[in-house]
Amino acid sequence: MATFFGEVLSVYSRAVEEDDEELDENEEDEEIRRELEEKREVHLHWSPEVSESLKSGNKLPCSDFILAVGHNAARFLSVYVLTSENWDAVGHASVWNERSPAVASEESTCVFYRQKDDPAVWICQVTCYVAEDQLFQWTEKVFDCLQLRQVNVTVLSESSVSEFKTADYLCSSSAPFLRSLHTAAFSGQPVCRSLEQPNIVTGLPAAVLNHCEVHHIPSVVYQCYSDVTGPDSVTMETFKPALTKLGKSVKLDPSPNADVLRKFVRTTNVQSNLYI
Amino acid sequence: MFISSQNSPPCFKDFTLVMPAVAVGNVGQLSVDLIVSTLNMSRVGYIHTDCLIPMTGNNPYATSKENAEELHTPAEVYMATDLKLAVLQIRAPIIQSKSKKFRQLLVSWIKSSGFSRTVVLSSSQAYQRDDQQMQGTPLRYLVTPSLLKESADALKELSWREMERVAAYPGLTDTNTEPRLYVPGGGITKGLYTDSCTEDIPLAVLLLFCSEGDNIPDAFTLVNHLNDWLHLLDDPSQKPNKWKIPTSWNLLFGSGIPPALF
Repeated sequence: MATFFGEVLSVYSRAVEEDDEELDENEEDEEIRRELEEKREVHLHWSPEVSESLKSGNKLPCSDFILAVGHNAARFLSVYVLTSENWDAVGHASVWNERSPAVASEESTCVFYRQKDDPAVWICQVTCYVAEDQLFQWTEKVFDCLQLRQVNVTVLSESSVSEFKTADYLCSSSAPFLRSLHTAAFSGQPVCRSLEQPNIVTGLPAAVLNHCEVHHIPSVVYQCYSDVTGPDSVTMETFKPALTKLGKSVKLDPSPNADVLRKFVRTTNVQSNLYI
Repeated sequence: MFISSQNSPPCFKDFTLVMPAVAVGNVGQLSVDLIVSTLNMSRVGYIHTDCLIPMTGNNPYATSKENAEELHTPAEVYMATDLKLAVLQIRAPIIQSKSKKFRQLLVSWIKSSGFSRTVVLSSSQAYQRDDQQMQGTPLRYLVTPSLLKESADALKELSWREMERVAAYPGLTDTNTEPRLYVPGGGITKGLYTDSCTEDIPLAVLLLFCSEGDNIPDAFTLVNHLNDWLHLLDDPSQKPNKWKIPTSWNLLFGSGIPPALF
């Protein structure tokens, strides 16, 4: 759609594409499609010790699985939890899709950590984009590796406050805030209000929650609604109460080093040319 | 794949299944919402599949604080045993490359569950109608041969209009091209219908020509049309409207506005 000023906007439409599969596809098209499909597959890479154990048919014991999706949630864990030297990076997932950078960076964007003292406590940080068709697969593959007896799944995730629907006008001072959503098997009391209808959760947190609901796994998502686009320390702090429940297994660093904090906040300053 | 949410799997033998096709204006999905919410149906299971984009939220049909906190998933099955009615609600778009797989999954589930008939609520782009389709009612139906055998009389009595086959190349008078079934913007509607014809499944499609926008009136039109056939409610045209709008329809047009604006 072109506006009055001539710029072209892509308009989101709820209309559905007509099935085009009746069109005869030649072999080459089919092959390209198949190759793309293969390329889009999610791969998990484990450390030698872990893959050994998986190969011998032993799933990885897991009592707490903490998944952080998005820059604020992932950095919150980096600053407040993972600094304690008590964690081993034991694996990562590789996901390729249309938003993957052309040149793969050294740093992995989906990393699994295991606690040294209690190897049944897991943390996973995801900062890359997982495409819609990869979400289900990612969840199936990860949960397939874990021994899920008496596990508790906690998902930290974030969204823009502009996506939060409420009848009352939200004044700017109310953000960031936290909302929770949990499966039927979750027995505890969430640390914040439940997500009000008609708000929904999408993406990886939704895929994990769906999986847990269907398989009767206790799971809770804490969704932070923030009005800041980049990672910032105030938004990160809103996740604090979410982990206090896990006090026994996961220790929060009460006062993180300012240098550490600065490092994680500054590295992703949004490169904007809006105010040149 | 269907996963029961109860201890014992539900029995759908001889039930009628009503399901939406994710299509223009989400009319089918909105209509199904009205049915589930009005008949107070209970959830009996999920369709857990990689063909749908994951989404989740609290109870869309919450009536009180007590039942508001209940997780719901992209595709769920509801049941009203006294009416012998099962309803599948689909809340997320189908991943485009997996629409064929999704259709196959539905067809095999419908077959194995033993539904006596399946009704697909759908919609089609209003702007792509041809001249004959633009006259009269915007409602159309399609029915598979195996359902036509049983329901021919009922359909005759209703005097509904069947979806017209349109010319493949409008304007060209080439006698070699057969008129074809064309449901633009209908998502899996046409595929599901043709699959059901070949698999001998008793299935009907009720659809409505519409455009995107506020499609709530379209949903009422379609669900009332369905009710003329299935008689889920006694007399829904009676005022006040008997269909119950679910809580999840709140704020369809965004949040509240800043009071300082005025």
